[in-house]
Amino acid sequence: MQLSRTARILLRLATALGLAVIYAPLLLVLVNSFNASRSFAWPPSGFSTRWWAAAWQETGLRAALATSLKAGLGATAVALVLGTMAAFAATRYRFYGRQSVSFLLILPIALPGIVTGIALNAAFRTVLTPLGVGFGLFTVVVGHATFCIVVVFNNVAARLRRIAPSAEEASADLGAHTFQTFWYVTLPAVRSALLAGALLAFALSFDEIVVTTFTAGPGTQTLPLWIFDNLARPNQGPVVDVVAAVLIVLAVLPVYLAQRLSGEPLR
Amino acid sequence: MTRSPSPRPPTPGAVALSGVSKAFGAVRAVDGIDLEVRPGEFFSMLGPSGSGKTTVLRMIAGFEAPSAGRVLLGGIDVTRLAAFDRDVNTVFQDYALFPHLSVRQNIEYGLKVKRVPRAERAERAAEALATVRLHSFGDRRPAELSGGQRQRVALARALVNRPSVLLLDEPLGALDLKLRQEMQLELKQIQREAGITFVLVTHDQDEALTMSDRIAVFNAGRIEQVGTPAEVYERPATAFVAGFVGTSNLLQGPCAVQVFGESGTYSVRPEKIRVAHPDDPTGPDEHAVTGTIGEVVYAGAQTRFLVDLEAGGQLVAVRQNFEESGADAARHRGSAVLLAWQRQHTVRINP
Ligand SMILES: Nc1ncnc2c1ncn2[C@@H]1O[C@H](COP(=O)(O)OP(=O)(O)OP(=O)(O)O)[C@@H](O)[C@H]1O
Ligand SMILES: [Mg+2]
Repeated sequence: MQLSRTARILLRLATALGLAVIYAPLLLVLVNSFNASRSFAWPPSGFSTRWWAAAWQETGLRAALATSLKAGLGATAVALVLGTMAAFAATRYRFYGRQSVSFLLILPIALPGIVTGIALNAAFRTVLTPLGVGFGLFTVVVGHATFCIVVVFNNVAARLRRIAPSAEEASADLGAHTFQTFWYVTLPAVRSALLAGALLAFALSFDEIVVTTFTAGPGTQTLPLWIFDNLARPNQGPVVDVVAAVLIVLAVLPVYLAQRLSGEPLR
Repeated sequence: MTRSPSPRPPTPGAVALSGVSKAFGAVRAVDGIDLEVRPGEFFSMLGPSGSGKTTVLRMIAGFEAPSAGRVLLGGIDVTRLAAFDRDVNTVFQDYALFPHLSVRQNIEYGLKVKRVPRAERAERAAEALATVRLHSFGDRRPAELSGGQRQRVALARALVNRPSVLLLDEPLGALDLKLRQEMQLELKQIQREAGITFVLVTHDQDEALTMSDRIAVFNAGRIEQVGTPAEVYERPATAFVAGFVGTSNLLQGPCAVQVFGESGTYSVRPEKIRVAHPDDPTGPDEHAVTGTIGEVVYAGAQTRFLVDLEAGGQLVAVRQNFEESGADAARHRGSAVLLAWQRQHTVRINP
């Protein structure tokens, strides 16, 4: 398609504006984390790493980071196992209601986080509390797993649909038992999809706040919850900027890697 | 499950199917097939697209469970056995090579999963590579091979396991004519040397006629005829076989009554027919019929005459071009001719 000169210039401007709107605030956060001044004063009064040092000293922050990592790893592990198994069931076997099961699996990603959060909260209250299991890391992991399963499922199912089942048949034909076929033929074919799904799942869990609010007990604080808590506190502004700067890197990396690995749309 | 032991034949068939059917929902892909493939035989299953050949092959390999009937390998009932417990190997139509493994690893795969020691594995893989003349290709990935080379790898990957039966599903389908003909001879030679029973699926009648010891002709999930290439070609049992293997050339209705003095369906192969002048004499042991040449097709080595018979119907006659060339052939169009052939070449077809 040929565009007129004006149209081209307008398009470029729009693109630049769009990117600026998205990335300027992020840049601002990065700059502020090195700002010598205490308030978010602009222009920055000087370069300083004191907020980075302060953030490092913050014990609440370190605990929150550890909780987030544990929750992310836990939710990812659960999602890997269940999402992969569901993907196999949905692509390799025919059963009654297969389409509906696929749909129901993907649904949580579309549900508003607040709905998932309230529902899980009520469910945990009625099921887990009588059993003596309180709100805490475990409930957060379960809550995050509901949407982490989706990304693993989608990545793996898309890959499984693309690889020809005849390779698995050839493996069985050559004498490989079901597990050998999975290990030597299927797994290598889906490995990068698994990794991509895991990275995305972890990234999703790591910055989740809504579902976490409803599933974490009072004693459990993930990194996003800590940020939310400290944002309004006096003197903590620059430290929050430091954390945000770190999170930008931590969040972008897995998504970038996942995209490189899967070569497919993210969800 | 208990079954009364079936009386064992003296030498059990390499593959035997008894009353095998397969239905996919409402589709009866295979409809009550009985078949016995002898040990060491090159056996072909020939039939048009959708006639159930692949389905039969998949039931022998163990990828598909029959809806009814039994599958026997070497006289042993394997109907309920999984693919990995059957002593057969398959060369798939799309080759189904493992894309992430090298050619050598592909070939060693069957030995590896059966825990054959590494040294023996390497030795047998090298041997198999040599058999298919791919010595120097061991380290390549399947994606780096041509179609013909992939086909050979698929063959080597199956042969290296020394199965008692090798199943081949249109293994040459993706190759060009020249390569296909080369591979036909090569396959035949490998089969003879290895002494393995081959079961080949094809829809190419020339391929089946060239390579097979025996052919089963499939139509709509059933077997129409089983026989040697000569039997199937010279004495087709049904009108379908006459039409599918070669040119059909059927004589029926009033024309049949006039020529043979009896109603029915008869077939005669085009190359058996002598195209003569209407006034030429015919021998006592010949059948003859008159007609007009409707079309002349020059095909290099031969000329084909499409003759409209006076008594109705049409016959195709083929003549080797000893002297004639394309330019001469056309002028026969419209002339009256006599078609004559030896009585022994008339085949009566079961209705
Ligand atoms: N998995 C399946 N589900 C439903 N129908 C099937 C399935 N496999 C085969 N069929 C049907 O069974 C019939 C026989 O198929 P089959 O693949 O055995 O034919 P074929 O003789 O190998 O044909 P071709 O020469 O085209 O490969 C066809 O009508 C086909 O549509
Ligand atoms: Mg087929």
